Amino acid sequence: MLRLNPDEMAQRVAQDIPDGAYVNLGIGMPTKVANYVSADKQVIYHSENGILGVGPAPAPGEENPNLINAGKQYVTLLPGGCYFDNAESFGMMRGGHLDIAVLGAFQVSSRGDIANWATNNDKFPPAVGGAMDLAVGARQLFVVMRHTTRDNEPKILDECTYPLTGTGVVRRIFTDLAVLDVTTDGLQVVELFGDNTFADVQALTGTRLLPPV
Amino acid sequence: MIDKQVKAAEDAVADIPDGATIMIGGFGSSGIPLQLIEALRCHGASDLTVISNNAGVAEEGIASLLRDGLVKKIVCSFPRSAGSIWFEKRFEEGSVELELVPQGTLSERIRIAGAGIGGFLTPTGYGTRLAEGKETRIIDGKGYVLEMPLHADFALVRAEYADPWGNLTYNTAGRNFNPMMAAAAKTTIAEVGAVVDIGELHPEHVITPGIFVDRVVAEEKCDVAA
Repeated sequence: MLRLNPDEMAQRVAQDIPDGAYVNLGIGMPTKVANYVSADKQVIYHSENGILGVGPAPAPGEENPNLINAGKQYVTLLPGGCYFDNAESFGMMRGGHLDIAVLGAFQVSSRGDIANWATNNDKFPPAVGGAMDLAVGARQLFVVMRHTTRDNEPKILDECTYPLTGTGVVRRIFTDLAVLDVTTDGLQVVELFGDNTFADVQALTGTRLLPPV
Repeated sequence: MIDKQVKAAEDAVADIPDGATIMIGGFGSSGIPLQLIEALRCHGASDLTVISNNAGVAEEGIASLLRDGLVKKIVCSFPRSAGSIWFEKRFEEGSVELELVPQGTLSERIRIAGAGIGGFLTPTGYGTRLAEGKETRIIDGKGYVLEMPLHADFALVRAEYADPWGNLTYNTAGRNFNPMMAAAAKTTIAEVGAVVDIGELHPEHVITPGIFVDRVVAEEKCDVAA
């Protein structure tokens, strides 16, 4: 079975980012998406701490410790970019002004519930950050994650078993095996990578999928 | 003549009592009043409730307050960054209480405290564990959670420039939580890169009007030659 690596997954997500979109990329794998959006598209990246127009990493020696992204990495500001406070930044999210948010996840349910901020381990401190605001506020929520855990347990389920980040909010799931859309009829497979078959992907999924049409 | 400047950080924090609720600006490494936090640590007020987005990393900032056992409760959105060793240790041993708040709810709770609003309804967190025990409402078919204002006794904020009236400008994304915190606390202490004369800050560039700021401390520049 073909399993995409994280860069290939980010590359696949990037194909679905349209020209002119305002986009928030979550920390971790989603941040890689910006590396693969083609240069003929103009995409404006939002960073939750208070930036629109996030540019690439600075040259060595040019870092400004104040100018970081949500993942606490040094970034730059593109010409035309701007800064604002955190309350305004989250108003942009909740107010529905961002076209797309891309988040990682522990689990997604067949109805588009997402769990990505806490496990059921009480000794491990939870950390929610901006995930819940993005989940409810972005016009479209994309999730990018491996199809299964490292032990091949399904992460796409009838119901999430980890604490929820948001309910019924995920639009499209990009995994290392396939692309799936959340629809009113259920989870619709829209693309299978390589020679992966519907049966292969269904076998690694904890809920009934709808085959590609 | 209004002049809010205080020469030394230690004098600016000297009246912070045990049990105080303190907002601390910053996001990751950005816009943190490190010298005020260090002065607070040396001052030694304990049983503090700290409101901040993160819980500090390594031995710096809020992490140093946690290490020295001065914090009884932390209200934040993302306590677990790479290197948050002191938060993790204190959390695991149960000596610090955590109130986890979604980031946009945290900044809005702080903002409305400064703006005199008694609460707000947000869709964020509806149907999740972080809304348990809170009032909810359905408006036009969408679920909302009632969230209350967050006030503080003191705010420690970081800005780039101040004037003697306490007007503040910021450095890039170092703004983050600082403007809302300045307005939400009874006493706001600003650590700044430099203080300029009255009239030197362009009025269109002032982000935090001086009405929200009580004390201004210029950053102490480290001398390379010792």
